[in-house]
Amino acid sequence: MGEKRIIQKHPLAIRWFHWINFPVLAVMIWSGMLIYWANDVYFLGWGDKTILKFFPDSFYKALHIPFRLAEGMSFHFVFMWLFAINGLLYVSYLLFSKEYKLIFPNKRSLKEAWLVLLHDLHIKKGLPPQKKYNAAQRIAYTGVIIMGFGSLLTGLAIFKPVQFYWLCAALGGYEWARAEHFILTILFCLFFLVHIIQVLLAGWNNFAGMVRGFETKKITTVVHAEENPTTETTVTN
Amino acid sequence: MQTLEEKIVDTQKIRNKTLISFLCFFLFITSCILTWKWVRSQPEDNGAPKPLRAVLNTNEKIFMGLFANNHLAKSYPVKDAVPRVRVNGDAGMSNNFDASKWKLQLVKVPGDTLYISIDEIKALPKTEIIFDFKCIEGWSQVTHWAGVKFTDFIKKYGLDQQSQMNFVGFNTPDKEYYVGIDMKSIVHPQTLLCYEMNGQPLPMNQGFPLRLIIPVKYGVKNIKRIGTIFFSNERPPDYWYERGYDYYGGL
Repeated sequence: MGEKRIIQKHPLAIRWFHWINFPVLAVMIWSGMLIYWANDVYFLGWGDKTILKFFPDSFYKALHIPFRLAEGMSFHFVFMWLFAINGLLYVSYLLFSKEYKLIFPNKRSLKEAWLVLLHDLHIKKGLPPQKKYNAAQRIAYTGVIIMGFGSLLTGLAIFKPVQFYWLCAALGGYEWARAEHFILTILFCLFFLVHIIQVLLAGWNNFAGMVRGFETKKITTVVHAEENPTTETTVTN
Repeated sequence: MQTLEEKIVDTQKIRNKTLISFLCFFLFITSCILTWKWVRSQPEDNGAPKPLRAVLNTNEKIFMGLFANNHLAKSYPVKDAVPRVRVNGDAGMSNNFDASKWKLQLVKVPGDTLYISIDEIKALPKTEIIFDFKCIEGWSQVTHWAGVKFTDFIKKYGLDQQSQMNFVGFNTPDKEYYVGIDMKSIVHPQTLLCYEMNGQPLPMNQGFPLRLIIPVKYGVKNIKRIGTIFFSNERPPDYWYERGYDYYGGL
């Protein structure tokens, strides 16, 4: 009939914050690796046993990471402003627009997230009713916001450990703060991986929602054979 | 509770909105790529692309503004100091150095240089510090140093006028290594002209007979084997600054 039902999903501001964060975070992670290389002490393992070294030499080579500490620092300490400002604006927007109510987890989220997980793993059918995000998304997206704060604070602690000595101490000292900063970055990468897979699985309409702000749904019209034909809409996906 | 707004819209309108949104999206991606290429193609200022250098210089102003004399690097008990101190650089540590002829050259003003022996420096009040020495590479080590506070040195040699200037410059005797440091950091109470490590005279590779220990800076500013000290309102030359690092290097 030349009409579609649209559902407003992401406000313009959120779409901008989201897409600005993407290249900024990419530059932060890349320049962070250039810095980390100069003292690459972290690994997964115990005692003498190393399961995974951060990072293997082949990984460094493939990404041209070695001997670029100065370059990494200069990019990191420029783009940190963009990361911080964009993140703070995003969080303020969430709070002032009340949009946070759609993202922050509520009382039911933990239980529901479990159901979402079972559903996504094809163990159980059916999902609890949701608004913008399901419970697993609420927890994941809120977690990422907290991680962003964590990166900001641990970063500040290792950037100026004497001026922010109280912050550095609160995070367990200089070396702990550096390790925390690193772990958060790894978590960001893991989040990114899952996020990309989920976006691919969710399909075009969902992806387009982050660009144009709305999702579309088909409408079927049923005309009742009564004196005053009314249009009733039923939603199919 | 917020609910998601739903409405019925003309397909044509949806198509137009989608088109405009994706056009903006691709413009955004293109401008990101172009900005990236532009930054990387800019001429360098001391080893960093000019736009990045400009921001690093602004960072310096911002963080110098936050700098406070009473913010101290954490100090540790003697037992926490490592016995084997890492040696991480040999620029300025040339082999033909004759320690017996060494005297500190203190340039009060160009043309007026004081020559100071290590014994004269050792005669000044001695200050010890055990702190977490931080290398710009990312490692750190709790180490134990002793020497004379820079502020005591200023008092002793009547450098009140000089200490009103913006920077202090340091060179090794062979001029191979050199640093410039802002005055606020120099007069910080933990900044030492250091002649002892772990209770012993400095080893050769740690800058015998005199080095700088400045806990509010990365290791690169803690110049080993000081030959000359001078004062300036402009940034004195700095070895790692010329190789792409930030000038300030403050912690």
